[in-house]
Amino acid sequence: MDKKQIVKDFLSKYLRTNDCGDDDDIFASGFVNSLFAMQLVLFLEKKFEIVVEKKDLDVQNFKSLNAITKFLDMKMSDCE
Amino acid sequence: MDNRSNESKEAFVSEVRQFVDTEIRPFAARYDKDEALPYSVVEKLGERGYLGCTISKRYGGTEMDMLSIGLLNEELGKACMATKTILTVQGMVATAIEKWGSELQKETWLPKLASGKVIGAFGLSEPNIGSDAAGIETTAYLEDDVYVLNGIKKWITMGEIADVYIIFANCDGSVTSFLVEKNTPGLSVRPIKGLMGMRASMMGEIKIDNCRIPVENIIGSVGTGLSHVGLSCLDYGRYTVAWGCVGLAQACLDSCMKYCIERKQFGKSIQKYQLIQKMITEMIVDIKTARLLCINAGKLREEGDPDSISEIWCAKYKASKVVKSVAEKAVQIFGAAGYCNEHPVERYYRDAAMAEIIEGTSQIHELIISSNAFREYI
Repeated sequence: MDKKQIVKDFLSKYLRTNDCGDDDDIFASGFVNSLFAMQLVLFLEKKFEIVVEKKDLDVQNFKSLNAITKFLDMKMSDCE
Repeated sequence: MDNRSNESKEAFVSEVRQFVDTEIRPFAARYDKDEALPYSVVEKLGERGYLGCTISKRYGGTEMDMLSIGLLNEELGKACMATKTILTVQGMVATAIEKWGSELQKETWLPKLASGKVIGAFGLSEPNIGSDAAGIETTAYLEDDVYVLNGIKKWITMGEIADVYIIFANCDGSVTSFLVEKNTPGLSVRPIKGLMGMRASMMGEIKIDNCRIPVENIIGSVGTGLSHVGLSCLDYGRYTVAWGCVGLAQACLDSCMKYCIERKQFGKSIQKYQLIQKMITEMIVDIKTARLLCINAGKLREEGDPDSISEIWCAKYKASKVVKSVAEKAVQIFGAAGYCNEHPVERYYRDAAMAEIIEGTSQIHELIISSNAFREYI
């Protein structure tokens, strides 16, 4: 399964909706609660074996499915 | 989670217990009476690597797994909840710095936090702000490459003796966290005395008056103070509080078992009476329940599972309820002896009262646990 689909499945589970488009702002959508930001960090770290750190804390990296996928590409290429 | 074998875990608990039995428990009543934790205790906790239990070895910590951290907090909680609070707070500060700090912040602060040369404190609560953390009134604004902070932080555990604080401030409408050193011009500390329980937790009120804080002192990034930094800290704090509650409840039970065997009424030991047996049974099962929730939460946190956050809520909620209930039963079993400070159960009862308040009240946990559960049914 590719990264985007894995993230999409996670978002579906935690956002409780399938109505979120690939570029929809998940934090502005009202689908998430205050807990979600850290759940997302934990999920990305565990599933993709990356470390989300201070320099990554930019809302642009996490605001949508496409943004998260792009962020993962960047982090995983850093690790290679 | 289980980085240690069962045998080495038993050896670890035995080591901690021996330390607690000789260095902490005999003096806990004195700390409570004096409302003060001697710095020598901090030094000893640092020397044994307990203060650096969350910190990576590369920064001078002991990098324990979550179950070991839990067991450490349980053993400390059995002897002295006030002493245990420094493990919680030091770990919260270290967690924030190691997870969301810059490399310079890590190299500067983590080795000192691990050794106890520096004491950290977590500055979120304010005179007007407790549960409603997003509404904090402390402000930060940027002026000439420094942030100017103003506000008052209250009920800050270890605040009286801390060398560095993580201060949460409203910055352009969102919360940002800053590392603020004690010697910063404009920062002053007022000790808070007269607490009901956990009286040696060195609680303080921190006045922040035009403190100029370098941009480099931000932990995380602007606006992520609560969502990432605060939540990471509180998650760890709740986990250790939950284990501390298990320890304190176990101390109540242990005291009661001994007392019930020794105490005789109507010609026989009170352990023979069924109403006593009922209370003891409820205490045992409650403690086992809380401990299992803690173990489960620790396992998930060790694995980095996103559900670990909500499981830690459940563990903290249950353990804090359990310790209050168990401590109340302990006083009842002891009767007048338990109502007097000649016996530790009197202190246990007062300490237990704090458990449902710190790191999120039980009422806030009732809101978040239920609303999180309801989300799964939408």
